[in-house]
Amino acid sequence: MSLRGRLTIETLPETQRSLGAAEAGGQIDMAAVEALDTAGAWALLQAQKRAEATGHALEIVNLSESHRHLLETVAAAMPEPERRRRTIPGRPDDGLANLGQEVAQGLRGSLTSVGFFGEVVAHLGALVLHPTRLKLTPLVHHMQEAGWNAVPIVSLMGFLIGIVLAFQGSTQLKPFGAEVYVVDLVAISILRELGILLTAIIVAGRSASAFTAAIGSMKMREEIDAMRVLGLDPIDRLVLPRLIALVLLLPALGFIASLAGLLGGGLMAWIDLGITPGMFRTQLLANTDVTHAIIGLVKAPFFAVIIAVIGCHQGMQVSGNAESLGSHTSRSVVQAIFLVIVVDAFFSIFFAVWGL
Amino acid sequence: MPKEVLIEVRGLKNQFGPNVIHEDLDLDIHRGEVLGIVGGSGTGKSVLLRSIVGLQAPRAGSVKVFGTDVRTASKAEMAKVENRWGVMFQDGALFSSLTVRENVEAPMRERTGLDPETRAALADLKIAMVGLPPKARSLYPSELSGGMRKRAGLARALALDPDIVFLDEPTAGLDPIGASEFDALIRNLQTSLGLTVFLVTHDLDTLHATCDRIAVLAERKVLVTGTIRELMEVDHPWVREYFHGPRAHAALLAAEG
Ligand SMILES: Nc1ncnc2c1ncn2[C@@H]1O[C@H](COP(=O)(O)OP(=O)(O)OP(=O)(O)O)[C@@H](O)[C@H]1O
Ligand SMILES: [Mg+2]
Repeated sequence: MSLRGRLTIETLPETQRSLGAAEAGGQIDMAAVEALDTAGAWALLQAQKRAEATGHALEIVNLSESHRHLLETVAAAMPEPERRRRTIPGRPDDGLANLGQEVAQGLRGSLTSVGFFGEVVAHLGALVLHPTRLKLTPLVHHMQEAGWNAVPIVSLMGFLIGIVLAFQGSTQLKPFGAEVYVVDLVAISILRELGILLTAIIVAGRSASAFTAAIGSMKMREEIDAMRVLGLDPIDRLVLPRLIALVLLLPALGFIASLAGLLGGGLMAWIDLGITPGMFRTQLLANTDVTHAIIGLVKAPFFAVIIAVIGCHQGMQVSGNAESLGSHTSRSVVQAIFLVIVVDAFFSIFFAVWGL
Repeated sequence: MPKEVLIEVRGLKNQFGPNVIHEDLDLDIHRGEVLGIVGGSGTGKSVLLRSIVGLQAPRAGSVKVFGTDVRTASKAEMAKVENRWGVMFQDGALFSSLTVRENVEAPMRERTGLDPETRAALADLKIAMVGLPPKARSLYPSELSGGMRKRAGLARALALDPDIVFLDEPTAGLDPIGASEFDALIRNLQTSLGLTVFLVTHDLDTLHATCDRIAVLAERKVLVTGTIRELMEVDHPWVREYFHGPRAHAALLAAEG
């Protein structure tokens, strides 16, 4: 048989089809072939191999000089076809094994998290002994990034929550003529719980992901290894500034959010129930104890530690590829928010038991 | 016979802020030749490559590839051009979440309608052609050595059997044996496929072994072009230093055996 035209990657399917007839052996005349590339050469050699496998000889004749050269190059590189062993991870009959693996992996993950936390605490201890080791520039930078830049979103969130609480509270309390207790409702729930919890959740979304992405991409480009060989400790340089910045500023953010919440609640109470700002203030000072605000703020540093440690730890665990960066970033946000809520629940129980 | 010009760069100007990299740069690349680009570090070899393949919008000038102006071409015209070139970046630029085989398959997946088996087989062929061992096929880029990443980058650049490949320092970081294999491979592909090669390199042995013509980048433009022999006669401090330094002599001796 004779081939004609272009035997290239664009025409590969047609070439393969016309070569299908040649498997019974014989000759392939290449005189009319205008262009040959590695894909075409591969198809020819593949046909030759198949013919040989069935005991026939397939000869390729009338090759131009450059085509013969190409055919030789490709023949020299022809890869052995490999047996593909495929393991399909999600196969249904592996369900139990998969579950076990996942649980084991999860446990191992939380163990390394605890290990990392311990390491950070050790470095913090060393820092207390040698406070000059803390670099101020990165600390201030992270305070701006994670703290100051979050002020607008956090205050808007607090303000809206205050409005929602006051509005919902007023519709519920009106039938009982207990409108004025809207003030207590808004103040206690925001100061004690919602202000700080929602701030922590927003900061977890903003900063835990930012920490993971920043540290993770440094990990990918071997910058962390470069720091280690230069004698710079990644925990001192990368983790501690972020941790300290958040511990210092999360209480402040929570406080701002709570104030904004009271403002929103007060506004809504004024519009909806006619509670004037003066009345709001009197009611607030008379009935809402300052312990509520303190209880709220006490939790903030704990949340900050959770967010910073998880964010940085997930960043450190990023391996060489972009996909792992993405999955660790999302994991860091999910874990941070989840743990913040769990710890908040423990605090509630703790304070309830103590009768606060 | 006048040679067919595949790439025509005219009056190119590139600038980052106040930092002018190229000014009034002209360059022609002919079909079937291996053109070496040399120049000191930071003279803008990579930037030139990026502006030819349309990744860097120049301040002024025109770049025509296969007669298509890459700055003004429509999407469809660009797609045609992109089918005919392959690019290997200085640091490999492999997709980190794909294995080597998937990396090489990626251009085929985008631009041809081949079935998965053929695609994988062709990818394996390209991987073998650039001298990677079979076990490298299923490794991820982060699991490769620097030299292996270069080879995988070349395999991906060759995936569609392009007319022209752009190679940014392909032999940097390879062991000498690997580097000369690489040179032989480029030469081989050039003769058998009629490939045109745009080769940025600092490697004098590679220049001797592979290049038909060399363009020297200095003083913000292509200072001179010519064969090594011609360039050795050029009276310019940098060019003289480059082609007459101790390394150049060693490379010349090696090339002349
Ligand atoms: N994206 C960019 N922004 C600003 N300046 C750039 C950018 N890319 C390159 N440059 C500048 O352009 C100049 C040329 O860079 P280029 O990477 O082309 O050098 P090169 O000739 O390839 O050097 P080498 O041989 O080291 O690879 C350098 O001075 C570099 O600082
Ligand atoms: Mg460069």
